[in-house]
Amino acid sequence: MSGAFTKSMARNIFYGGTVFFFLLFLALSFDTHSQLPKRDMRANITPQIAEGKKLWEVNNCIGCHTLMGEGAYFAPELMNVVVRYGDEGTKAFIQARPKEGIPGRRSMPQFNFTDEQLDAIVAFLKHVNSINAANWPPNDQG
Amino acid sequence: MQYQSQAVAKPYFIAAIGLFVGQILFGLILGAQYVLGDFLFPEIPFNVARMVHTNLLIVWLLFGFMGGAYYMIPEEAETELASPKLALAMFWIFLVAGAATIVGYLAVPYATLAELTGNNLVETMGREFLEQPLPTKVGIVVVALAFLFNITLTVLKGKKTAIATVLLIGLWGLAVFFLFAFYNPVNIVIDKFFWWWTVHLWVEGVWELILGSFLAFVLIKTTGVDREVIEKWLYVIVTLTLITGIIGTGHHYYWIGTPEYWQWWGSIFSALEPIPFFAMTVFAFAMVNRRRREHPNKVAVLWALGTGVMAFLGAGVWGFLHTLAPVNFYTHGTQITAAHGHMAFYGAYVMVVLMMISYAMPILRGRAANSNKSQVLEMWAFWLMTVAMVFITLFLTAAGILQVWLQRASDAPLPFMVAQDKIALFYWMREWSGVVFLIGLILYILSFFVEDKEEKAA
Repeated sequence: MSGAFTKSMARNIFYGGTVFFFLLFLALSFDTHSQLPKRDMRANITPQIAEGKKLWEVNNCIGCHTLMGEGAYFAPELMNVVVRYGDEGTKAFIQARPKEGIPGRRSMPQFNFTDEQLDAIVAFLKHVNSINAANWPPNDQG
Repeated sequence: MQYQSQAVAKPYFIAAIGLFVGQILFGLILGAQYVLGDFLFPEIPFNVARMVHTNLLIVWLLFGFMGGAYYMIPEEAETELASPKLALAMFWIFLVAGAATIVGYLAVPYATLAELTGNNLVETMGREFLEQPLPTKVGIVVVALAFLFNITLTVLKGKKTAIATVLLIGLWGLAVFFLFAFYNPVNIVIDKFFWWWTVHLWVEGVWELILGSFLAFVLIKTTGVDREVIEKWLYVIVTLTLITGIIGTGHHYYWIGTPEYWQWWGSIFSALEPIPFFAMTVFAFAMVNRRRREHPNKVAVLWALGTGVMAFLGAGVWGFLHTLAPVNFYTHGTQITAAHGHMAFYGAYVMVVLMMISYAMPILRGRAANSNKSQVLEMWAFWLMTVAMVFITLFLTAAGILQVWLQRASDAPLPFMVAQDKIALFYWMREWSGVVFLIGLILYILSFFVEDKEEKAA
């Protein structure tokens, strides 16, 4: 760290390196976005799926669950929950949560969703499950 | 202190410590809920406690960053802060907004909070770490801009050191990348893609510049090593940070619908991310070894060395542990991530803010360093909190390995909750480590109130 290598050389490498790698990152991001339509199934997004995503967000589902592996690790992965429970099973599970929880167990709140809202949530989860996520999750258990 | 306006840092530091206590208490609630599932249910469900825990962390670190910057910038620029009044006004705005947000989380169901705070106008809520209601997010932007305006102006009218420049780049980056918190497209893949531009480019990008800058500042002050040497190190470290960390974002793009080539880019570049942290550790130890003076504030030096080591372990080693795509395929979204997150945040950001407070607070209170007695108590707090965090991380890692095995890798994978029940022992041990952490934190706070009788008599 001494001799020929000066502070101003270090500074120049910092600026040059940062700009170069940020531009490379932008280029990769740009390429990613050109490839995404084939992978993210955007053509299938309906108003119902959009509504489902909103319900997912405003009830802070990610505060306990993971979705595509991201979120909290307190409750199961939901990307493939429809594979585990099926559409009707998923809806029935959400509907059946006791208001006061299950004694001694991790409990999911009772959200009092309407049937339309439950349909929207399941439509959203099925949409997420249809995304090409490089074969993740490893198995049906999520 | 050298400049009167540095005094505005004090309320920022006090608020940071106060919110830190709240964060830890909610951490203990969360830890308890892992093993006593219905603890505080339905009054404080897990998701609410978790939002409080993570949001308090972010907010108190931001208080620490701002306080640290307000303390450091006048000394670096060798001029008074542009507007101490603005800094104080922003302090109150940020504190009230932060407190109101936490009360909102606890007082009403999240969906109601979203309804009440205009989430229908711009839908930004309900995404991990960015759960804040719209007014809070706007408040963060306003406070950040006023803060940046204040310190940028100070630097412009004063000396422009490398340390101040790196800090400014870090803080401006923080503000710019937060803007992605307002972008929430209906396409979840794009949503997740840009969500990481805030989350990853903060903690594995620009925040490390803030960390490096604070560390360099305190090392100059406490070791008396030549500024030229320290600033050269700083440039090398932040270069390594950004050339590995920016493309390293790719390690979040393995399984969210993005193209498979990210598995290569992400694995290779994020495998290099430990290097800047290792350099930081070597830097801290080398500077302390080469010290030209014995600074009376020994505990600040301890925090400086500690943050180097713990950031390297937590962010570097524990990050590397699960960053390669073939490994991450199995560990993604398990307790391994939680283990890494805890030690990385503690080692890199909690400890650097506590280092800054440890160095600056005595000076703000009119002395070069605290009494010996107070420093010894703070060192106890350092070791209790740090060792407790090491054990929290080890227990979560053990839980994570078992979770991966039981739920994902074995021949007969178990359902999530069945696997969770089998690893409860490790969650219990994590919770008790958390209690030790809290004891360390209590000692830390007590260290501010220790009076030295001899000093007083003299």
